[in-house]
Amino acid sequence: MTLLRVNNLGVDFATHDGLVSAVNGVSFELDRGQTLGIVGESGSGKSQTVLAMMGLLAKNGQARGEVLFEGQNLLGMSTRELNRIRGNRVAMIFQDPMTSLNPYLTVERQMTEVLELHKNMTRRAAKTRAIELLEAVKIPEAARRVDMYPHEFSGGMRQRVMIAMALLCEPEVLIADEPTTALDVTVQAQIITLMQELQRDFGTAIVMITHDLGVVAGLCDRVMVMYGGRVMEQGSAEQIFYQPTHPYTVGLLGALPRLDHDGDTLVSIPGNPPNMAHMPAGCAFCERCTLAEARCHSERPALQTLEGGILRACHKSLAEVSQLKEMSHVG
Amino acid sequence: MSVETATVAERQPILSVRDLKVHFKVKHDKGWLPSTRTLKAVDGISFDLYAGETLGIVGESGCGKSTLSRGILNLIPATGGEIVWLGRELHKAGAKEWQAVRREVQMIFQDPLASLDPRMTVAQIIAEPLHTHYPELGKDEVMRRVRVMMQRVGLTEQQINRYPHEFSGGQCQRIGIARALILQPKLIICDEPVSALDVSIQAQIINLLKELQQEMGLALIFIAHDLAVVKHISDRILVMYLGREMELAEKHALYDQPKHPYTKALLSAIPIPDPELERKKTIQILQGDLPSPIDPPSGCVFRTRCPQAQPLCAEQQPQLRVVNARTQVSCLLATSEQVA
Repeated sequence: MTLLRVNNLGVDFATHDGLVSAVNGVSFELDRGQTLGIVGESGSGKSQTVLAMMGLLAKNGQARGEVLFEGQNLLGMSTRELNRIRGNRVAMIFQDPMTSLNPYLTVERQMTEVLELHKNMTRRAAKTRAIELLEAVKIPEAARRVDMYPHEFSGGMRQRVMIAMALLCEPEVLIADEPTTALDVTVQAQIITLMQELQRDFGTAIVMITHDLGVVAGLCDRVMVMYGGRVMEQGSAEQIFYQPTHPYTVGLLGALPRLDHDGDTLVSIPGNPPNMAHMPAGCAFCERCTLAEARCHSERPALQTLEGGILRACHKSLAEVSQLKEMSHVG
Repeated sequence: MSVETATVAERQPILSVRDLKVHFKVKHDKGWLPSTRTLKAVDGISFDLYAGETLGIVGESGCGKSTLSRGILNLIPATGGEIVWLGRELHKAGAKEWQAVRREVQMIFQDPLASLDPRMTVAQIIAEPLHTHYPELGKDEVMRRVRVMMQRVGLTEQQINRYPHEFSGGQCQRIGIARALILQPKLIICDEPVSALDVSIQAQIINLLKELQQEMGLALIFIAHDLAVVKHISDRILVMYLGREMELAEKHALYDQPKHPYTKALLSAIPIPDPELERKKTIQILQGDLPSPIDPPSGCVFRTRCPQAQPLCAEQQPQLRVVNARTQVSCLLATSEQVA
């Protein structure tokens, strides 16, 4: 059985301006030891997708569709049932460690609480385990540091504490929402290496949300590109980076300044990010797409499976996108 | 646009910074008596900037790159050192002279929305520098210049009476650029101007800055933590760590043949958006955390995390020195170049 299967997930928010859907028709599968990258810019719905999966949407939010974890639908579950799974078998790492850790509690209390709750451990046994995990994420002097408060750690260390906390119960799925965005590159490299080691040792499946395509290239097996709350393209990392089939993916890759080769002008994507309250009737990306034709504005392209397991939602032919790719010097 | 090496060497710099120091006094309340200690945010930075050139300044959080930019403009008073702008010695300048300098040197900030007054319209924001520096200008002339500038940075005339909150991050940054350019400065200091923006918008702003630079012959000091962005826009790059210079080199020399161990570690840590290259490369992981700038290591500040540190590095403080025609480095172990 697939470890995690998401079917046609959607998220709606009740706002003053009426119902706004932030996410529509997101589907993917994830097996043990695999990593899925979800990329997209602000407002693409990548964070709301995973918050919906974990039952963590804001009060005015409502999720549609199915999130099957070992065949059980997480979306229909009561909070009580859900609490037996999240934090235990499906864990999450957030972007900002300072606001995700409780400033009033020592790291020891925050970590042992999890083990007492999910694993019925004694406080003493839980503390030993907490120290082991802090050592696993390479916190120096873990036995002493465990009694400190979050503010006594540096940003990179706090992120490591949060990873240790997420791994306490050896989850089968780890969801990481921009885990390195707030960190410096050298610290980011430490954290990513750590996540790779942990995946190798524990066989954890990872859902990695990021806007950094470099991080995706190094870490992910499959990549899902989102824009305006919809999936534009999904494929293996190699397909997405070397043979992108969607104009938005081509645009993203072209807009990226590169260390590995020189270019004079970046091929920017014209226009501004989408307004979720006023989405076009057709393709979410049509207003900024250089290839858009009349049909793109009126008719929403369906997600179709192409040869090689690529999924894409676009009316334009592969030849046209490939021409755009040549012009953008991508790949 | 890249400036030819030979011409750079012959020309006079428009800005010379020598041994600039910005120190802060911080309260220290451990121990018996309250005392103050010194935080050396910027500790002895020197560089030259030439007309039309872009100097990138990179480093991780806390390396002092933003403090340096504010020190240059006297937004934070410097503790020591010399700043010479077009022959004028700014470290001795009074308020009046500074006002003249600020006409020629402008700044663009990181957070596009926070750096705009929410109660002013776009027209008022862009016109404000003109009102301050050229109060004699008539209202019509001010508005004419504002309109021209708005169009130049890619804003439409219909947006002239709108307020900052009605714009997206990228558009707010365009307003910030228009405000900086309206005085026709010679130098713009850009402090992380694109780090708050999405990739697609970031590319728009970088392209705009490059175009405007070419058109107006601007010099830029471009501060960022994203080395790929800095590489794209800069001619030369200064790498900082804990308030000090590690390496100052021409762009290609820095990326192709980094000399300082810190530059090497920094470059290896940047993820490359290419699955094959990214998975094959070896990352040089820096051990440990950034030391406190209140109590920096003796000798070379990088030695506590340097994979090549020797006992000598704890004793002697390295100074920036020339190792080849394109690179200066402050590392005791760097050898002067055999083959460049």
